[in-house]
Amino acid sequence: MGDAEIIPIGTRGRPGRGTGTAPSSAARGLATPRAAAEPAPAKKAPAKKAAATKAAPAKKAPVKKAPPKKAAPSAEAPSAGAPSADAPETPVAERPATTTRDRAPGNGIPAADWLAAVQAAAREVFGDDWEPQLARFLAFLRRRVTGDYLIDEYGFDQEITERFFMATLRPIAQKWFRIEVRGTENIPTEGGALVVSNHSGTVPIDGLMTMVSIHDHTGRFLRPLGADLVFKLPFVSAMARRGGATLACTEDAERMLRGGELVGVWPEGFKGIGKPYSERYKLQRFGRGGFVHAALRTGVPIIPLSVVGAEEIYPLVGNIPSLARLLGLPYIPITPFFPLLGPLGLVPLPSKWLLEFGEPIRTDELDPGAADDPMLVFNVTDQVRETIQQTLYTLLMQRQSVFR
Amino acid sequence: MGSAGRVVLVTGVSRDLGRKFARTAAADPSVARVIGVDAVPPRGDIGDVSFVRADIRNPVIAKIIVKEDVDTVVHMSVIATPGSAGGRTTMKELNVIGTMQLLAACQKAPGVEALVVKSSTTVYGASSRDPAMFTEDMEPRRAPRSGYAKDVAEVESYVRGFARRRPDVRVTMLRCANVIGPDVASPLSSYFRLPVIPTVLGHDPRLQFLHESDLLGVLRHAVVSDVPGTFNVAGDGLLMLSQAVRRLQRPTVPLPPFAIGGVASTLRSARVADFSPEQTAFLTYGRGVDTTRMRSELGFEPAHTTASAFADFGSSLRPTGGHAERALATVARRLPDPDLVPVVGGVDHG
Repeated sequence: MGDAEIIPIGTRGRPGRGTGTAPSSAARGLATPRAAAEPAPAKKAPAKKAAATKAAPAKKAPVKKAPPKKAAPSAEAPSAGAPSADAPETPVAERPATTTRDRAPGNGIPAADWLAAVQAAAREVFGDDWEPQLARFLAFLRRRVTGDYLIDEYGFDQEITERFFMATLRPIAQKWFRIEVRGTENIPTEGGALVVSNHSGTVPIDGLMTMVSIHDHTGRFLRPLGADLVFKLPFVSAMARRGGATLACTEDAERMLRGGELVGVWPEGFKGIGKPYSERYKLQRFGRGGFVHAALRTGVPIIPLSVVGAEEIYPLVGNIPSLARLLGLPYIPITPFFPLLGPLGLVPLPSKWLLEFGEPIRTDELDPGAADDPMLVFNVTDQVRETIQQTLYTLLMQRQSVFR
Repeated sequence: MGSAGRVVLVTGVSRDLGRKFARTAAADPSVARVIGVDAVPPRGDIGDVSFVRADIRNPVIAKIIVKEDVDTVVHMSVIATPGSAGGRTTMKELNVIGTMQLLAACQKAPGVEALVVKSSTTVYGASSRDPAMFTEDMEPRRAPRSGYAKDVAEVESYVRGFARRRPDVRVTMLRCANVIGPDVASPLSSYFRLPVIPTVLGHDPRLQFLHESDLLGVLRHAVVSDVPGTFNVAGDGLLMLSQAVRRLQRPTVPLPPFAIGGVASTLRSARVADFSPEQTAFLTYGRGVDTTRMRSELGFEPAHTTASAFADFGSSLRPTGGHAERALATVARRLPDPDLVPVVGGVDHG
């Protein structure tokens, strides 16, 4: 939210003294009745006002403080329609002239100024038609507070996923990792499909980034299958179900695929994300091929996805197996910055990411009994694994450097 | 079964749901007579039901079945809380020994044609390794080791044994989701009646409810229609616990898992709510059951969804929270209605 620059009231949005042709309204407000525009007070005034504006939304209404974070991405280019009446102008102009000396801190910011500040802040966040926008946002908040929303049988909450999770992750995907997505035409626009991806990065951020990228490019929601640790951990479990995840088990995978969902699976599991940095981009064993089994049973295409860049976000150089066993976790990572720098070490390195969706591997042409043929399941598993590994090598050759 | 209609024996009529079902069954035209059995007399009005005071843990039940010429047995006396029975030992005895005696009596009685057992989805347990939706063929991921869940599992295994020994008897087992309604007294309804609702920190379970009237409906349907098998019974859709609590407008206290035990025992000793270990697991991980077979094979359609059953339950409660909602409503009233204002400039609206 660095883009919300504070604009002082009374200069019509222009910093400084105004247009240059006429004194700014702030200057007019400060001027003595003989209208001698002295430069000193005029210079100081905007700074003071800026402070007031900054304080206003913070103190006044916590409800209104919240908007910038959630709604900023939704507030697109405001309409070019008629700008509403310039509310902040009036109270400033009517205020009796004062001198700098009178202006003790916390003394004499009239209520009208507070109101104007709040209105200006609302306009800043929601654009010119801020009233209906704010009303719409409040309606959303009220729906959340009264529990008046729907979830599906896996606990997926589309509203909060779209308006909060995706909105939070999108800047990270676009600005921090600068994700480049290729081959989105391989994702079917409707019907069940299984996206199979490599897994890396110590913390499963690649899954989140894949979800955002797929949603932004196709409008579909990727439904990830998570390890049972995900559903055991507090907070993570609640978030995962709300975001559309479910447990990686045959029953759920087949149920989701039959229901026509786009399901994401990371068959390497903890072996993949917890592998040391020295083994980056070397695919681990692909589980027991359960995902192929599920795809064969439901006859949906398998879409191989290769993710380059996620290996470098937290280079795993060590592990504390004893502590991990104690906490019941698969590993406790040591990276060059964690735990050395404490919480700062949790910031992922801004590597450049490439996501390439490969050509779908069709399973509907195989006969229905194919899922019970272990050799065929192994062959398809190997085919998917090889495709992803080869694509990874190709993408690595194309990549200029880790961060560019 | 003669042309005069069925003779139905209902166990567990001293409790509210058993009594209500006995009355519903007695009102059904295809049912000739309803005999209610329990160790203690029912407290409310039982209408046309003839009540026989007998303990199902006792072989007397066999005599009643033969003498009254019973052809349909509805077993409803598997109880979830030890509170009403007077301790966990008594509860276990009532549930397990009672079922064994009842089944033994049914096996000896040649006239019995149908057995309907009200079971519970508790039999699936609740854990982090659960699939999202349990179908009837799935087993719990971890076999229950104590409490109500174990009782239900044992009752079900005895019923399956009975079905093997008497293949001529139609056995219908109904695994019902948590029954809820304005008058229902169950561990879960007393939990939602707490003025401040304790939740497990960081977990948000999925819940499924069955309205009281739908429970009576499905039992009646199972008695009159001729469908054997095991069926999950629940209202459509699911609610998250957080969502359910918000709909009730009640404040919550998230408690870390290690503190739940202490709070639970305090609440139990104060007789406010019964918080058993399997209840805690349920409120941590939740559970969902698939009801496809209820529709396709059993042919039953519940009148209430999970959400509407819960709304009906909530309408009898007075909200104790909801300050945030009121504050938001106050602000929203001062602003134009978002639905009336034309949308300008391509804004999204959820």
